[in-house]
Amino acid sequence: MKRLLTATALATGVAFAGAAFTAGSAQAVDLTIVSWGGAYTASQQKAYHDPYMAANPGVTIINDDNAAEGLAKVRAQVESNNVTWDIVDMVAADAITACDEGLIMEIDPDTWLEPAPDGTPASEDFFAGTLTPGGTNCFIPQIVYSTTFGYRTDVFEGDQPSSIADVFDLEKFPGKRSLERRPINNLEWALLADGVAPADVYGMLSTDEGVARALAKLDTIKDQVVWWTKGAQPPQLLADGEVVMASAYNGRLFSAIAEKNQPIAMMWDRQIFDLDGWVVPVGVKDLEEVKKYLRFATDTQRLADQAKFISYGPARYSSAPLVGNHADLGIDMKPHMPTDPNNAATIFDFDYVWWADHRAELDEVFNTWLAK
Amino acid sequence: MTTVDDGVLRTADGVPLKRSLRRATARRRTRTFMLVVPILAFLMVTFVMPVADMLFRSVDNQIVSSVLPRTTIAIQSWDPLSEALPKEFVFEALVLDIQESFKDKTLGRAGRRLNFEKTGMTSLFRKTGRRAKLITEPSYRDQLIAVDKRWGELDTWKLIHRESDAVTESYFLSAVDLTFDESGDVSWKVEERRIYLFLFYRTLWMSALITVFCLLLGYPVAYLLATLPTRHSNLLLILVLLPFWTSLLVRTTAWIALLQSEGVLNDLMVFIGVVSEDGRLQLIHNKIGTFVAMTHILLPFMILPLYSVMKTIPPSYMRAARSLGAPPFLGFLKVYMPNTVPGIGAGCILVFILSIGYYITPALVGGQTGTFISNFIALHISETLNWGLAAALGVILLAVVLFLYFLYDRIVGVANMKLG
Repeated sequence: MKRLLTATALATGVAFAGAAFTAGSAQAVDLTIVSWGGAYTASQQKAYHDPYMAANPGVTIINDDNAAEGLAKVRAQVESNNVTWDIVDMVAADAITACDEGLIMEIDPDTWLEPAPDGTPASEDFFAGTLTPGGTNCFIPQIVYSTTFGYRTDVFEGDQPSSIADVFDLEKFPGKRSLERRPINNLEWALLADGVAPADVYGMLSTDEGVARALAKLDTIKDQVVWWTKGAQPPQLLADGEVVMASAYNGRLFSAIAEKNQPIAMMWDRQIFDLDGWVVPVGVKDLEEVKKYLRFATDTQRLADQAKFISYGPARYSSAPLVGNHADLGIDMKPHMPTDPNNAATIFDFDYVWWADHRAELDEVFNTWLAK
Repeated sequence: MTTVDDGVLRTADGVPLKRSLRRATARRRTRTFMLVVPILAFLMVTFVMPVADMLFRSVDNQIVSSVLPRTTIAIQSWDPLSEALPKEFVFEALVLDIQESFKDKTLGRAGRRLNFEKTGMTSLFRKTGRRAKLITEPSYRDQLIAVDKRWGELDTWKLIHRESDAVTESYFLSAVDLTFDESGDVSWKVEERRIYLFLFYRTLWMSALITVFCLLLGYPVAYLLATLPTRHSNLLLILVLLPFWTSLLVRTTAWIALLQSEGVLNDLMVFIGVVSEDGRLQLIHNKIGTFVAMTHILLPFMILPLYSVMKTIPPSYMRAARSLGAPPFLGFLKVYMPNTVPGIGAGCILVFILSIGYYITPALVGGQTGTFISNFIALHISETLNWGLAAALGVILLAVVLFLYFLYDRIVGVANMKLG
């Protein structure tokens, strides 16, 4: 027993000395990267962090899963001049707000980011407009995700839901639905289901009558709606049979369908694209290291790699052909991507700028409507 | 050795006893104070200062004046009731301010600040920021209006005029569903946008009801705990405390699994035939969900103070009541209950105050009818970044709590409260 103890102590000592030696040999750098946790952070770990740390032995990447409070915490850190986060994963709408407030750095894509393998500069290789959402320039997109619908395949006999109008059709498809508890997306879908042409939706929502019309359409299903607030809820509600259809992030639905084999199917009609990407808080401690990481993590191959682990579409044109099979399940990921032509036939064109203006007002209107 | 005999008591070294005593107590007092200095400093830095800073944000309004300094000064000469646009030099000041703040990346802040008051300001400022560098000579007014016709509207200028002061009341007005109308007077918001007063009201009455539920459920348990022999009561006490030590999220999620329409309780009721398969009850994602989960979560805060008070009531009181001829119930009502009032007061105030500030449980199980004002404070802190409004809502909530505490003090007396 005593010998065992001595051996353990010795081994620990050697390990410490070894660690100290490697840390001393290369310059030790800690990067705190903030993301959403769960399967999403895992996909970033495997596609970006692990290969980066393997190639740069001195760098340690620390994952922080607080992206849900990203906007508020970045503001608190910048205002108190105590920036401890290096890179933050944000959705485009939040990045617009943060950029407007001067909380995150402006980015020059062609000097910060790797060109495509064929030499196309980064500014042209990312999907058009995704580097400058809402006219801001602080955002490096990684993935395109979509908010779309999933439905139980074992509830309806005959016809299955296939269009946005079916979500609002309680006669043909009775049962509870789940929608996100906020006006964004729901008001658009309500007008689309009410027969408004996609191009007219925001023009109509800019008027009181348009908002009233959208809410009247939502009124027709209001007592059948379970409202969700966290992305993990709708797949769970579907899996439990609590609701028969639900709006959800497509990656969460994919995970429930393909990885957990739940009787759920996707309904892609009028799916709404959104972007998720990296931003850098103003006043970050080691900008050169941050840029080095971002250059690596957003190149064509890395973005394509992430799609092996989660069904979100890489934001570069040059990454799309490189998307392969799921790392564990071996299934082809292309048909599960929101950007696949079969799924993207009727995408709805989301307007960030319009929402930046109207969010404050419509939050109040929507919540008052909910409370009634 | 001469002794002065002037009737004053002195210590051996001739110092008057009174002074010596005072000195000794002062020294002791300083020593005690020095002992609590660390915790006081800690509380100052980690609690009082951040809270004070947050509360100050409810009136702080330096964004517009810091982003648009020239305009702030120039517009003071303009009378918002004059029904005429400001003079050319105000427009010039604005153009210069916008050019500069666009370069410094601070312009968006002003746009977003004003957008809380008037829809569309974010994009107006962003659009003007991009084009303002082309405006280099008079007439500034015509060129600004050419960029966007809203620069020719009185409302826009009234808004800038109003929000260029260093403090603002608009967050507080907004927090109680008021706003400024076109003539600059305070008035109700349109009916579709009135939400906060209703939410305060709902938060208060639901919290009050949760407190009542906790009292009704907790009182008998505490009584049982206090009167059983220690051997049994210890086991019961552990049962009370066990959920207390379990993660809040786990308990809340457990209630979802129990109460949802495909959940355990509904399955059971369908099985024994109380409700039909199609008539499953909606017990969660509404007020019922909030009531049940919150009552369960806050129950220990009621039971523990009650228990600690009941434990101190000698059993001989009840025996005395019986021997003087009171039937058991009357004795309980007249003798035992009045003695538990300090515990009831402590438990109720603990549960009530915890309840009105509760956030995560209503968010998860409250659906649209069972959410509290705290959920909206969280929304404005983390999503809309309207910290001013969040702070104003917080200040009002704090004021309501202090007022109720004051009422409680007048009616029951805080000195009567016993926390354990």
